Amino acid sequence: MSAIVQEHTEDHAHDHGHHHKETFITKYIFSQDHKMIAKQYLITGLIMGFIGIGMSLLFRMQLAFPGESFLLFEWFLGDWAPDGVMDADIYLALVTIHGTIMVFFVLTAGLSGTFSNLLIPLQIGARDMASGFLNMISYWLFFISSVIMVSSIFIEAGPAAAGWTIYPPLSALPMAQPGSGLGMTLWLVSMAVFIASSLMGSLNYIVTVINLRTKGMSMTRLPLTIWAFFVTAIIGVISFPVLLSAALLLIMDRSFGTSFFLSDIFIQGEVLHYQGGSPVLFEHLFWFLGHPEVYIVLLPALGITSEVMSTNARKPIFGYRAMVASILAIAFLSTIVWGHHMFISGMNPFLGSVFTFTTLLIAIPSAVKAFNYITTLWKGNLQLNPAMLFSIGLVSTFITGGLTGIILGDSTLDINVHDTYFVVAHFHLVMGISALYGLFAGVYHWFPKMFGKMMNKNLGYVHFWVTAVCAYGVFFPMHFVGMAGVPRRYYENTAFPMFDELTDVQVLMTVFALIAGAAQLVFAYNFVHSIFYGRPAEQNPWKSNTLEWTAPVKHFHGNWEGEIPEVHRWAYDYSKTWDNGDYIIPGQDYVPQHIPLQENEEELQH
Amino acid sequence: MTIVLTIAVLVLVAIAIWQMTKIFELSQIKTDNSQIANDKDNKYNGYLLFGFLIFIYGITIFSFAKYSKFLLPEAASEHGGEYDLLMYISFVIIFIVQTITQALLHYFGYKYRGEKGKKALFYADNDKLEFIWTIIPVVVLAGLILWGLYTWTNIMDVNDEDDPLIVELYAQQFNWTARYGGEDNELGMANVRMIDINKANVLGLDESDPYASDDIITKELHLPVGRKVNFRFRSQDVLHSAYMPHFRAQMNCVPGMITEFSFTPTITTEEMRQNPEVIEKVKRTNKIRAERAALGQPNGDPWEFDYVLLCNKICGKSHYNMQMKIIVETEEEYQKWLEEQQTFGQTMASMN
Repeated sequence: MSAIVQEHTEDHAHDHGHHHKETFITKYIFSQDHKMIAKQYLITGLIMGFIGIGMSLLFRMQLAFPGESFLLFEWFLGDWAPDGVMDADIYLALVTIHGTIMVFFVLTAGLSGTFSNLLIPLQIGARDMASGFLNMISYWLFFISSVIMVSSIFIEAGPAAAGWTIYPPLSALPMAQPGSGLGMTLWLVSMAVFIASSLMGSLNYIVTVINLRTKGMSMTRLPLTIWAFFVTAIIGVISFPVLLSAALLLIMDRSFGTSFFLSDIFIQGEVLHYQGGSPVLFEHLFWFLGHPEVYIVLLPALGITSEVMSTNARKPIFGYRAMVASILAIAFLSTIVWGHHMFISGMNPFLGSVFTFTTLLIAIPSAVKAFNYITTLWKGNLQLNPAMLFSIGLVSTFITGGLTGIILGDSTLDINVHDTYFVVAHFHLVMGISALYGLFAGVYHWFPKMFGKMMNKNLGYVHFWVTAVCAYGVFFPMHFVGMAGVPRRYYENTAFPMFDELTDVQVLMTVFALIAGAAQLVFAYNFVHSIFYGRPAEQNPWKSNTLEWTAPVKHFHGNWEGEIPEVHRWAYDYSKTWDNGDYIIPGQDYVPQHIPLQENEEELQH
Repeated sequence: MTIVLTIAVLVLVAIAIWQMTKIFELSQIKTDNSQIANDKDNKYNGYLLFGFLIFIYGITIFSFAKYSKFLLPEAASEHGGEYDLLMYISFVIIFIVQTITQALLHYFGYKYRGEKGKKALFYADNDKLEFIWTIIPVVVLAGLILWGLYTWTNIMDVNDEDDPLIVELYAQQFNWTARYGGEDNELGMANVRMIDINKANVLGLDESDPYASDDIITKELHLPVGRKVNFRFRSQDVLHSAYMPHFRAQMNCVPGMITEFSFTPTITTEEMRQNPEVIEKVKRTNKIRAERAALGQPNGDPWEFDYVLLCNKICGKSHYNMQMKIIVETEEEYQKWLEEQQTFGQTMASMN
């Protein structure tokens, strides 16, 4: 096997011995270079992120000050906010598009798309992805789907508004709400294109990791980032097609009169012809993707954290094999827990029992990961760079958010907190905030690799600390709102006097949210400013072991001048010493992967 | 004018920040400009990590001190007690784990902050440790799973033992309707295809079904205390969810399908109003409402506690206001109320 790989990489090396003359279009727009595609993913994802976060600020203001008039609403929402008062339909639309954008466009494409593309070839020692062309198409399909999704915000009846889970019949019947007309059609088209993009990307990642590893890079020497991206891609390939089928059947129900998800409906004075379909079927199909999607979002963030934490702790990641096993266990279990979103959907209660069982099982590998991160910090020499802080922050929110999963995953306890703000608090902490921290950690850590410049660390610290405090400020009190029984997706809570006294909590959360939103502007400024005026980066600023730091700062298609480095050890030989306590390489507390084993050096831990 | 002012303020703030960063950068010239954390950064951020741990504990204590009183009052159903106990135990476990792990994480972040020349420990593996922290969650979770599943099976076992009251909850955009089985405690056949709005047959009951004629259709849900109620849920248009938080009960209403849930109310509305927690809550709430009334704002009328049924599945524009009052009362009060209601047969007859 390795012989074949070797031959292949040499062929490849030969291909790239001469540099093609690149035009502006082939270099910056229709680029097939994975590094450029990664940057395209990142910037598109960040722009989508600003739209998504902006929306959340708007509806948080509505929640804190129900029915009040804001100039901001009038500016952004126009006719949907007559006299500056947000309309109830547009509130639901904002919630829906916020969820869709954040989950799919930011945390799937923006996170996994960016870092899989950037790091897979660089860290396994490949010149590029297995298919640069497919990779390019993958990005451009993502771009098209983003454009469609964003354009749906501007149509007259408003964008999709049935919640990001788009449960039919609400999403299927234009007479049920205005957003279920053209807005929902555009949503479905956008998602269908997105799924195609995601599949092309994922297949490419899988093939690349399996086939294009450099000599010596066995699976057990892969950095945990690559393990995470690899397994994420596999889950994506398994589950995204199911969402596509759900979307296709929903399109059929909407446009061609079929009854896959609809039955016995009487709305606006007339009986519809639908007969025999079941909305519960849609829920199954949706969550068959929807739950693995949580891990598609989270695993790359955890992979990034593993790498960033180990590098900055100047210590090997604790329990490498356990980490890999946890990733695999989480991936496997993630595909058989989707029913915990449906305990009270009317599905057979026995199924609920099974899903409770599998769901609580998934807490075990998650717990192992959390403990291993903590132990990685123990007795380290922690370099508290912004990326490191975001990684520590990730572990913190992952634990806080993950623990409440024990309540939601328990079918009994789910009964009374299902679809309340308790759920909103839980998933925002465990997947939203955690994955965003992973994204930020990745950006701060690999910015030198991507743009050849350093980001400003002090602005990074401001960004982290304000965000970290505000994230807890928003989502910790939110648990209490949920346990007081406040349902999510309520335009305002004034219709229930029992929720009156919770308005103060809503105001507190909104204030934190607004400050957190402002902190992201610091990041945006730092990001853009550093691209142009940042301090030029050295080749290996973080003194890291992985292969991407052996490639020159200057980008060119092919990554390495001359031969691809050969790998001789795992990625985590930080602070490894001889028996007498001296570093393996004198004066240097890390041993990069391409350095051969020294005489008498023992290869440990894989 | 406000627009101009806002813009002016924003611009000024932006300039201020820009100037501040500039001054900051200028003052930094002598120190290294590598943008990589140095000992000073490690020190300050290490302290901040410790501070952050205190912040996490602080916000936890603050939230509990200030917001616990907002939580739902004691459960008003038979299974609710067990639900609350399981919830309580789960929370105890969660908070023990949360307190310990956050402490370790942030304390290590503070304690092992980097210093030039310090040597980290090459510590890559320890099977024993990893076994311990695999097996502890396994045991704890096994306990929770077993307990949870046992409770779940009991709650979800909707059967006809103990002569349950049969009630249908019918959902539509954006209101609820209740239907009682009537004399025979048996719901008549119904389907949306039989809805006849002109004849006020809004639930689509089969007029020829003898079981249907004594059914009683109401806009308020009255339940006798201490009697098991078997609910059947229907929806005529989109998904809804019947959420009765005070009873720890919830079930989705799915068009084309009948779903079920069952519970026994144990506390009447009157008794619940006398609950000290509820009295306090009503007092606080009415204070807020009185302030609103004084300012001439809406929703200022005084409130009296009532059980309530909410819609908890996004269902369209007025989802946020889809509710029905639930009244739990003594058997006699319930019977008296029931007698005042018209049966479906009577309604139909009056239409003809």
